[in-house]
Amino acid sequence: MTGINAKAASVRFENVSKVFGSKVTAVDNIDLEVKAGTLVTLLGPSGCGKTTTLRMIAGLEMTTKGSIFIGDKDVTRLPATDRDVSMVFQSYALFPHMTVMENVSYGLKFSGFDKAETKEKALAGLGLVGLTGYGGRLPSELSGGQQQRVAVARALVLEPQVLLFDEPLSNLDAKLRRQVREEIREIQQKLGLTVVYVTHDQEEALAVSDEIVVMRNAAIAQKGTPRELYEAPADAFVADFIGEANLIEVEITALEGTTATVRIADYTHRLPSRGLRQGPAKLAVRPSRMRLVAGAGDGVAAVIDKATYVGSRMEYTVTAAFGTVFAVLDDVVTPFQVGDAVTISFAASGPVLIPADQRR
Amino acid sequence: MRAVSLERTTHPVLIFWIIAGWVGYLILPWYGVEGFWSFEWLVDGWPLDEDYAPAAVLIGMGQKLWLAPLLLALAAPLMVLGRRKTEPLYAKVLIVAGGFGFAWMVAQGLGIGLRGFNADWLTTLLGPLEDRQFGMGYGAMVTASAFLFLFTQGIAARGAINGDVFVTSAIGGVIAVVSVFVFFPIAKMLLAAFATDDGGYSVIGFFPKFLDNRIWGLGCLSDGRCGVAWNSLVLAVLVGVLTTLLGLAFALVLTRSGFRYKRLLRALTVLPIITPPFVIGLAIILLFGLSGTVTTSLAGLFGVEATRWIYGLPGILTAQLLAFTPIAFLVLIGVVEGVSPSMEEAAQTLRANRWQTFRTVSWPLMRPGLANAFLLGFIESMADFGNPLVLGGNFDVLSTEIFFAIVGAQYDQSRAAILAVVLLGFTLGAFYLQRFWLGKKSYTTVTGKGDAGVHPAMPRGLAVPVYAIVALWSAFTLVVYGMILYGSVVQLWGVDDTLTFKHYITAFRVSWGENGLRWTGSAWDSFWTTIMIATLAAPLTAAIGLITAYLLTRQDFAGKRAFEFGTMLSFAIPGTVIGVAYILAFNVPPIEITGTGLILVISFIFRNMPVGVRAGIASMSQLDKSLDESSLTLGANSWQTFRAVILPLLRPAILAALVYSFVRAMTAISAVIFLVSARYDMSTSYIIGRVENNDYGLAIAYSTALIFVMLAAVGLLQLLVGRTQIGRRTSHGEGH
Repeated sequence: MTGINAKAASVRFENVSKVFGSKVTAVDNIDLEVKAGTLVTLLGPSGCGKTTTLRMIAGLEMTTKGSIFIGDKDVTRLPATDRDVSMVFQSYALFPHMTVMENVSYGLKFSGFDKAETKEKALAGLGLVGLTGYGGRLPSELSGGQQQRVAVARALVLEPQVLLFDEPLSNLDAKLRRQVREEIREIQQKLGLTVVYVTHDQEEALAVSDEIVVMRNAAIAQKGTPRELYEAPADAFVADFIGEANLIEVEITALEGTTATVRIADYTHRLPSRGLRQGPAKLAVRPSRMRLVAGAGDGVAAVIDKATYVGSRMEYTVTAAFGTVFAVLDDVVTPFQVGDAVTISFAASGPVLIPADQRR
Repeated sequence: MRAVSLERTTHPVLIFWIIAGWVGYLILPWYGVEGFWSFEWLVDGWPLDEDYAPAAVLIGMGQKLWLAPLLLALAAPLMVLGRRKTEPLYAKVLIVAGGFGFAWMVAQGLGIGLRGFNADWLTTLLGPLEDRQFGMGYGAMVTASAFLFLFTQGIAARGAINGDVFVTSAIGGVIAVVSVFVFFPIAKMLLAAFATDDGGYSVIGFFPKFLDNRIWGLGCLSDGRCGVAWNSLVLAVLVGVLTTLLGLAFALVLTRSGFRYKRLLRALTVLPIITPPFVIGLAIILLFGLSGTVTTSLAGLFGVEATRWIYGLPGILTAQLLAFTPIAFLVLIGVVEGVSPSMEEAAQTLRANRWQTFRTVSWPLMRPGLANAFLLGFIESMADFGNPLVLGGNFDVLSTEIFFAIVGAQYDQSRAAILAVVLLGFTLGAFYLQRFWLGKKSYTTVTGKGDAGVHPAMPRGLAVPVYAIVALWSAFTLVVYGMILYGSVVQLWGVDDTLTFKHYITAFRVSWGENGLRWTGSAWDSFWTTIMIATLAAPLTAAIGLITAYLLTRQDFAGKRAFEFGTMLSFAIPGTVIGVAYILAFNVPPIEITGTGLILVISFIFRNMPVGVRAGIASMSQLDKSLDESSLTLGANSWQTFRAVILPLLRPAILAALVYSFVRAMTAISAVIFLVSARYDMSTSYIIGRVENNDYGLAIAYSTALIFVMLAAVGLLQLLVGRTQIGRRTSHGEGH
């Protein structure tokens, strides 16, 4: 009915490196697989190589080393024009001298469709993003959100094997951001598209992805489903980047099978060892997985430093012997006051052990 | 469905060039025929007459056997027709065949001339050659192009520039034409700098001539005269700075004020461009000369003695400012319009007042344009020849010195060449200074997002002086043009002030004879030639200029800096030198085109191409690269991207390039004066001839007529190219 179908294909990186000039390594020997029909997010701080990775899929940058496959085909040496990939740019890159309709039809013109098909597909694309009837306008006559949707429609109508998004929401306001990202996800799932999505916003990544690839310093720090990354970060960097985490220095005192006993100050806690050995380690605890109880009790003694009321919950900064941590509690009816003595303990599931040393 | 070109086994572009190569070799006359545009040869013995025969027939007749190896190079590419681009053989065969074919053509062209071998060592090596050859014709040209583009396709297939055939071919093509029509003649000319009187070459003889006091003397600091180098430098810097400021003032009034009569102002700024250069010089003499209107009336009013003060620096400076301010304006208007209004609006919301906004945002964003405008003014002034000739007095500059070194009694080619080296040094210095000043800042302001802002008005402190300058300058320009118009209808300037149309009638009489309409006026011949040459040259200039600008701003390839240098070179060399260099280089085979209209067209293309390049670069560096990239990811190739996205957004630059090259072709004098022939006389050289005969009335009348013709042409082009609507921006005057 829509007239737009998917020809989704997988993307595979094999030992891909990209060096700019002679020194700057933007991407360092990465392997990556994006399964057909899934939405994979490249997430990381700026300068981590995620945009370069995306542009290498598009063919806008050529690899220095390694191979890229789309479907079963080696596209390493193919320029952007010849790859069946389209991209939605951060700046949208709508052609300012063409109407919305001309923009959306642009790629179709070069793909061997006749006039009627081109028009039909372009209209279907505009319909898909909810802009039916806007075809005659110039990009400058649209709002930011509308321009963004035109950019999406323009890329979609080509039925690319892979659709790329380069921080598509960064120029939108917060409310619109949630709405547009939901639309993108909905279209992706409806059409079964393969999408690679670059963002530095972890919430956005968690919300839209089938899989997230966290990048740091030109390499992949960790990849997995949003839940895996959130609940079982591989190291302190990932733990901190995906959602906030309190990183507490702990000592693994005993191992029984896969269960470790850790000591934090005077308190001991048992949790999965995740392959770590005895000795110093770090405990990553999400603010929502902290337990605070008034007065003394089973746990670490601490004092409330700051208490902030944010409507749906309370946010506390708490100082204990091992340092300062951040905690979120749902109880807004009887909050703690600044200076209250409390005892910290941890939820049974949630906190995870990570290695003490950060691999850099 | 998108086909992936690497898998295709048919290559339309390749097939085209293979066929072209064979057509050039088998069918078209290999050597030059009389008159490039005449097709008499078709009915005059072709293909068997040896003057008109194609290469294959000549070889069949046992002549020009050195052309035979080309057959191999033509046949080889046929092997790869059914193959894929990715196969190594594909690239290898094309590179070898194209490269060999092209190199062989160059070698035989330079090696064998009208009298057999051109160099003695070839004769010693291979023995004397009985046969000889003439300049290249259609066949040779087409075949050479075919070899060149087969070669670039081979390079592309090997993976250069991401295997992009359009970009590699464009680079190859531009390099080839620039080498042939800029480097080659200049090299021949520079060789003359080392020439000794007895026909040999000597490096030792070069230095005393180079360090000559007449070039570098500093006598004017005490009481003598300075060398021509210093004169030219001072003049060019003054002209560069002042034209940039004046051009900026006009651009600001046009874009950032509520001024009502913008169209009028725009027209006024275009006037000096469409004026043959020496005409402004003549008008200034009519005003300020010893018996000029202003001089005599001032002398009468205040009782001061009339002097010849205008001759020298003041006169040349004034004339060049009048002539070159519009060029600066054309460059700056695009830049001033291109500064994104939202940047300025952002600055205003950041508590900058209008003055601070201008100083901290608008001005820095205009810097690339300012640097370009300065560079153009500097180089134009250095190369200008007409005004110093008319107004120079004792103030000698390099370009006129070069002219007199060659045309005057001295006839000293090596001195002319040495002066040209000095001139080149200055212009290249300016070029690098500009680079240094611009640094590595990004000035991209037209992004892919629609822009909804409006330029703010100028701050008051700036507006007042800008208005004053623009008003004064406009008034002055009007007076100068009034003088020209008036001068064309008086009997004899300063002697007999009766009004008359006789000059126009002499030049442009049309009579109705027994054979219908007859153009009996004395100017018609040169007039029609000029129109034809200018019409041919303008679109070619714009095309080559913009393609070059595209390559320079949008593509990365090895040797890009050298490439840019090469394309700017012809502009940095004054027309007088180009004229002489062309005569030296193109009077003999392999390219034998002196005395034809073609040499005029070519000299205009390569003289004016840098303006197209500069205008293109200035506009293209303001187009965000994501526009190209999104077009590429949408499946357009680089040629389609260039055509559908870049070109439409470049309309102002195209217009500038077209107008400028057309007008320059009609007004140029310095190179032309060497290249005209009896058959192809140009308006300007005809007018100079009249001036030399003291026939001022006819000269000015003819010039006036030219001005009106060019005015019409400029208006027509403006209509044809139109304007690109890219934002909601409205100008202030229109009810905003």
